[in-house]
Amino acid sequence: MTMPFMHPSRKNPVLRTRQMNLPPWARGRVALGLTAAAAEGRFELQVCQDCGTTQYPPREVCHKCLSVSLRWREQSGTGALLATTTLHHSNDLYFRERLPWRLGLVHLDAGPTLMVHLHGDVAEVGAGDQVPTRVRVGARLDRAGQAVLIGFPNEGSAHMADDKMLREMTSDPKFRKVLVTDGKTEVGQALVRALVKAGADIVWVGHAEPWKKLGGLDDIASLPQVTLVPLDLTNGRAVTALAGAIGGKVDIVINNAEVHRAFGIGARRGTDAAKAEMDINYFGLLRLAQEFGPALKGRSADGQTGATAWVNLLSVYALSNFPPHGTFSASKAAALSLSQCLRAEMRPAGIRVINVFPGPIDDDWNQQMPAPKLAPDTLAHAIVKALRDGVEDIYPGDVAQEWLERWRDNPKILERELAAGGS
Amino acid sequence: MATVKRRQSYEGVAVAVPVTVPYERYSTRTAHWFLGRAVDALVQASGIAKEQIDGFCVSSFSLAPDTAVGLTQHLGLSPRWLDHVPTGGASGVMCLRRAARAVQAGDADVVACVAGDTNHVDSFRQTLGAFSNFARDATYPYGAGGPNSVFAFITANYMRTFGATREDFGRIAVDQRTNALKNPHAMFKKALTLDAYMAARPISDPIHLFDCVMPCAGGEAFLVMSEERARDLGLPHAVVRGAIERHNAYAEDPIMVRGGWRMDRDDLYAQAAVQPSDIDFVQTYDDYPVIVMMQFEDLGFCEKGEGPAFTRANTMTHDGSFPNNTSGGQLSAGQAGAAGGFLGMTETIRQLTDAAGDRAVPDARLGLVAGFGMVTYDRCLCTGAVILGRGEGRS
Repeated sequence: MTMPFMHPSRKNPVLRTRQMNLPPWARGRVALGLTAAAAEGRFELQVCQDCGTTQYPPREVCHKCLSVSLRWREQSGTGALLATTTLHHSNDLYFRERLPWRLGLVHLDAGPTLMVHLHGDVAEVGAGDQVPTRVRVGARLDRAGQAVLIGFPNEGSAHMADDKMLREMTSDPKFRKVLVTDGKTEVGQALVRALVKAGADIVWVGHAEPWKKLGGLDDIASLPQVTLVPLDLTNGRAVTALAGAIGGKVDIVINNAEVHRAFGIGARRGTDAAKAEMDINYFGLLRLAQEFGPALKGRSADGQTGATAWVNLLSVYALSNFPPHGTFSASKAAALSLSQCLRAEMRPAGIRVINVFPGPIDDDWNQQMPAPKLAPDTLAHAIVKALRDGVEDIYPGDVAQEWLERWRDNPKILERELAAGGS
Repeated sequence: MATVKRRQSYEGVAVAVPVTVPYERYSTRTAHWFLGRAVDALVQASGIAKEQIDGFCVSSFSLAPDTAVGLTQHLGLSPRWLDHVPTGGASGVMCLRRAARAVQAGDADVVACVAGDTNHVDSFRQTLGAFSNFARDATYPYGAGGPNSVFAFITANYMRTFGATREDFGRIAVDQRTNALKNPHAMFKKALTLDAYMAARPISDPIHLFDCVMPCAGGEAFLVMSEERARDLGLPHAVVRGAIERHNAYAEDPIMVRGGWRMDRDDLYAQAAVQPSDIDFVQTYDDYPVIVMMQFEDLGFCEKGEGPAFTRANTMTHDGSFPNNTSGGQLSAGQAGAAGGFLGMTETIRQLTDAAGDRAVPDARLGLVAGFGMVTYDRCLCTGAVILGRGEGRS
């Protein structure tokens, strides 16, 4: 059974901060299908559309019937553990620094044999053991951001998320130090509460324009883990100053600051509202990334609670413009594009960039949107879960899920549907 | 439906002039250097001029981006038959099979079969990560243990299924080391005891240090020609009595417990008109001892699952009851890349032409060479075997 992860002792300031060596990241184009699914928390393998054979390793042609109609399909992952090994030697620096490392060979019920990283709770295949050890295989993104397969025990245990290998694949806030860029919104406050509940050591909470009193901030500030910090993402100097003060300590950045005005093009003269949206939603992210990005990258291998993740609160409108909130959609689309750039730049350090695409949040700016709307608490829990699961993209809520499905099916049809009012 | 044509005999084909380019742990040379030395050694030892080598068959990992094609220009050869055999540990058997058919068909008179690789300080790691698409996508990201972790699974499963112990594998390694001490080309010069084998550090449990080969640089080569030609040239030679190969055998087995030898062994012995008990010595492919044990079973020396008892009942030294890997094998002579797939072949020719010196197998008349190569994902895909006999006539 996994022992609970204990609070790491204070870092010895004399020692060099270790730098990240990524695990092997090279994959062929076909194999990236595994990564695309794992980035959203699913374990998918190719299944032949002609004969139904499940394939692994990823390939172009069905090994049974030579069909090229292979589709990625979600897997239950159940299987039998055939053998295990514990590596005491590796040809790769990442693993060399983390030995010993346990691996397993799993015969999936769906057919293929998989080499997997093995969770510590999975029992050895004992000598003379006639009953095969049952396991459940899942896919996770490793520190290189590529999918790897993991053998989990059939029965979970209380602290199984604290497994040393699994923590390498995830960004659990437990014992970590987090910056939430805006504590004045309901979402920001829900996030702070969820992070404290998840065991975060310190939560720095940004608040712009401190003279404007808004409800809820005092409750948050009274939590012992919480420190309020002045942060206005439109002010480059302020961002620089804050990064100078806490940048070297932050393990997770959650950028939830946003400006949201409900207008398209014709309903409002001028560009002031659109500029304000861009200044926070796009340029704010840029300013934040320029200051905090390098700091996170420098500490990504700094022990078991080192810097690990960056979360951007986007919107499902980033995928396709919702005309009644047209300029907001455009600013979120810009932020999405920039976030992809950030992800690419953070990847060499093993920092995960998580994009959050909620549907309408149940807040003042969506007052006129019909239900269902996403409760701030639900969104906050989805973000904490994304950190714990180590996924890259989440679409919390029913509306976001439906838009995503329509967008995946046919973006052009969705454009027409949204133009007609989104129903 | 047309009936499947019976495999034609390998009668009349001679294998001769075994040469070894001495192994080095690391080398700053390229593969071309080792392959060039090997061809030169063939020319020197045979007295056959380079220009008379009209067939050329090459196996090498570190030659890339060159192949056998570029090597003809590099070495100034102009063969009328050319092959590049990318089957690693099975390439000795497979080069021989192809060369033998070329000679029988008259496509070539004298075929030089050459294998060699260099080994730079970091080249083994680089080879592993780019060994195959499947390895890149589905094994290397899992600990980057290379073949060690794959064969750790196979070994652990075999031990659990058939009751083999580490001592059983140790006997194979220890006896091979005993053989190696009489092979001047072997990299390992110190005796290995079973205690030292057992006490070695773990690499990928249950694989320990002396279950692993040592990557090195070097080359191995031999000539294939007609028996008549070999006799005319006065070259001591062995003859091909039978040969098989098989790829991706038993793909339905979720983990490897048997190799492709098993699928074709009856054909092998039928070609040679002998039984396993007639074989005087074997050169198994020894990337890991568990595979040696599997070959004892799959080539018919004992039944499946009897490998552990078989090793306990036999001594596997060159003068023992069941001589195996009389050169020391790759476990003790070293693994010079693709030359590891030729090691059993050159050693067998030496044994059958009275050129094995102190490690000669007494009264050796029939030798079996097995090959096993290319762990693209969870097992090696290529298997092959050949039975060589003592050349009649002059030798």
